[in-house]
Amino acid sequence: MLTGLLLGIGLLALLALVAAGSGWVPGQERRAARAVHGGCLVIGLGFAGVAAAKLGMGLPEVPMALPFGPPWGAAVVALDGLSAWFLLLLGLSGASASLFALGMPPETGRVLVPFPLMLAGMALTLIAADGFTLLLGFEVMSFASWALIAADHAEAENRAAARRYLMFAVLAGACLVPAFGLLAGPAGSLEFSALRASPPEGWRAGAVLALGLAGAGAKAGLVPLHAWLPPAYRAASGPVSALMSGVMYKVALYVLARLLLDLCGPVQPAWWGVPLVVAGAVSALFGALRANMEAEIQPLLACSTIENIGFITLGFGLTLAFRGADLGPLAALAAGASLLHALNHGIFKTLLFLVAGAVRNAAGSQRIDRLGGLIHAMPVTALAALVGIGAAASLPPLAGFASEWLLLEALLAGWRVSDIVFQVVVAAATALVAMAAALAAAAMVRFFGLVFLGRPRSPRGAGAREAPLKERWALLLPAGLVVLLGLFPGLLLALAAPAIRVLAGPATPTPATPTPAPAGLVLVAGEGASTYLPLAVALLLALVLVTLWFLVRRRSTGATQRGPVWNGGFSDPPPFLHFGDPLTQPGAAGFAQPLRQMLGSALLGAREVVMMRPPGDPRPGHFAAHAADPTPGWLLMPLARLRDGIAARAERLRDLTIRGCLSLSFGTLVVLLALLAWLEAR
Amino acid sequence: MTFGQLPYDVAHLFGGGMLLLSFMLLYQRRVTAVINGLAIQGAILACAAAWQGGMQSAPQLYLTALIAFAAKAVLIPLALRVLIRRLDMDRTVDTAMGVGPSLIAGVALVALAILVVLPITTGARAIAREDLALALSVVLLGMLMMITRRNAILQVAGLMSMENGLILAAVGVAGMPLVVELSTAALVMVVLVVAGVFVFQIRERFDSVDVSLLDPHRGEGR
Repeated sequence: MLTGLLLGIGLLALLALVAAGSGWVPGQERRAARAVHGGCLVIGLGFAGVAAAKLGMGLPEVPMALPFGPPWGAAVVALDGLSAWFLLLLGLSGASASLFALGMPPETGRVLVPFPLMLAGMALTLIAADGFTLLLGFEVMSFASWALIAADHAEAENRAAARRYLMFAVLAGACLVPAFGLLAGPAGSLEFSALRASPPEGWRAGAVLALGLAGAGAKAGLVPLHAWLPPAYRAASGPVSALMSGVMYKVALYVLARLLLDLCGPVQPAWWGVPLVVAGAVSALFGALRANMEAEIQPLLACSTIENIGFITLGFGLTLAFRGADLGPLAALAAGASLLHALNHGIFKTLLFLVAGAVRNAAGSQRIDRLGGLIHAMPVTALAALVGIGAAASLPPLAGFASEWLLLEALLAGWRVSDIVFQVVVAAATALVAMAAALAAAAMVRFFGLVFLGRPRSPRGAGAREAPLKERWALLLPAGLVVLLGLFPGLLLALAAPAIRVLAGPATPTPATPTPAPAGLVLVAGEGASTYLPLAVALLLALVLVTLWFLVRRRSTGATQRGPVWNGGFSDPPPFLHFGDPLTQPGAAGFAQPLRQMLGSALLGAREVVMMRPPGDPRPGHFAAHAADPTPGWLLMPLARLRDGIAARAERLRDLTIRGCLSLSFGTLVVLLALLAWLEAR
Repeated sequence: MTFGQLPYDVAHLFGGGMLLLSFMLLYQRRVTAVINGLAIQGAILACAAAWQGGMQSAPQLYLTALIAFAAKAVLIPLALRVLIRRLDMDRTVDTAMGVGPSLIAGVALVALAILVVLPITTGARAIAREDLALALSVVLLGMLMMITRRNAILQVAGLMSMENGLILAAVGVAGMPLVVELSTAALVMVVLVVAGVFVFQIRERFDSVDVSLLDPHRGEGR
């Protein structure tokens, strides 16, 4: 099994080579693109199959030492429950993205080479069983995705986005490497089994927590380390952003969970959960609020990703806290919620980003103010988008609901940890999460309403055509998955049981044990206080809808009449304006106004300036709305200043005289020798 | 083999002699005397290498000794002498640091070298430990000499002395392949040539070999 996975990774690397080679042969782009994306599709499906087999049949975990590796030992790979769960997501999302890319016009080598490499890096991170291999895969993933963001490098904006992304990727690496180093401690072995055997204590444990959270958080886009995210998504193409948002963050979260929940041992204190809970809740609220303000669809979805990453991190934090307080079933509940949400979000966000890619390809823009009315031109895409936003807004029978419900149940059980600080934090987090969920729903309504409903806002948008057949299939595949995942969350949780055991401790029962009812169809939170029957909900909803439809059909007169109605000033286009007066439709900024006024001024520094002319002045009045993320201001700018200061100081070294340079190196040598002598004397 | 046995004592004597010459180089005020000291240090290095060759019964060390003698005791001092005659420089040396402080610093460096080397080589043979400590001292003193002198020729002499220390360390360790020593020796010859050309250029431009005259002429930032 592991051999198969390694073979897949090797094949992906080979595909990258093929793509690189095809750059030398002119006229082969189409064939190369087909080979690369087709190969990625097959390998992705293979990954998903292997992971599902591992989870479903409970195959034993057998670590395998590779015949090569770093100088101090062999690289080790293994597939345990947690890895398999995330590998399943990687396979499904990667296959969807590759299928979509197959339908698109062929990409250049700049995309074709790093695309399979990114998949390979992620798979390697997931199946690694020692720190070195994990970090190797993680960095391959980081740099490949950087290359993908920088692929369209002709625009200065994209170059800046790629540069910022690279800085954050380097920061993530710079935090994770010492975290693993501290974890290995004086023994020095990076193998997971050795790391588990000697959990860190005291200041080392604290440092691992801080470094792990900062490193994985920078890659996953946790607030306040999310500043790279929206610009990076503006630059990336549809399948690439689907892969990044659907899987790459999950891989970063996998590293977080692996590092803090698994490798640090099961006996860490309960307060370990607090930083994760706080970071998660703040990210959730911030992401959801920003999603309501963004003017372009891919950054909008990226901000919604921040929100969902926050939910998952919050679940991990709760798991840590419950586990530390010896509340096994609750820990399992929180872990199950997190894992389920990771899978659900991975699939529905892949779907939404593919929809965004299809819209971008068809309508030529991703600015909301140039889209609109696409449901007429692209009905299949609109249907897929509707499924996606339903899941993102966590509507009951769809995928997002079950996991968010479980998460809220876990939050509501937070008072069981008998620590007043934690209880207060959890109470605040519950409020924030509820608010974030509502804001996310609002953002999704805004997304669908402005992009697919209404009337086109630009000639190019009016000329949109439905996506080609392969793209449509690539949209319907994850859309179907979203529906399926939503209908059978109990089965999924049963499938995730090995992964939950890794996170919540080996002796815990799986949450939502399918009690008397048919296995897997009922979701029971915690100790049976509340249950959720997705199939019943779906049936009820269907029943209501069908009844309504019949009633309307029966009661209506049958003849359609068009009459003048008042529709909020949204009038039919006058003859001299072909696409209607754009001002009669709410725009992206207008739709965001209520939320901007309510919450934006406090959290996003939103300002609205109305400039009225004095009476008698014929010039038009002016209105300007502005919202900006404050984190670059108080986090990135000081860092940039610090960097400039250090650089200026380092520049001064160049002005040293020759003797000064010699003295500097001599002094360094003497100091190092003295340090060595002092260390030996101790 | 410990203290009191002939092979050990003779090896120790050679190493100590090199260290002593390093101190002489450090306080010597005249350029020709410095070059003489360097030549004697090279000769002692050759003796040390030959002695080690006998002791370790490693014939390649005789070759090293031969090269060291030819290069360090004869060729390089000769070249430096020719350089001085061509440059027609004044005989006294202006040091950047007084003789007293530099000697004190030298003693401190030797102490540091002993403190560093002796504990980390507890497993090694006594002779290798002592040799390493002496060699590290010679290297550090060579560096100290490079930064306490202003004259470019004397900086080259410091570099050569440093390299002598490196070779001393290399011959003291049993089993060091010959190719390492040969390549180091070749490297030093190249460095000497480059440094000679460099000194000539400085002299042509500034009519002096005091490197502090170079500082105002560096590229950016001034």
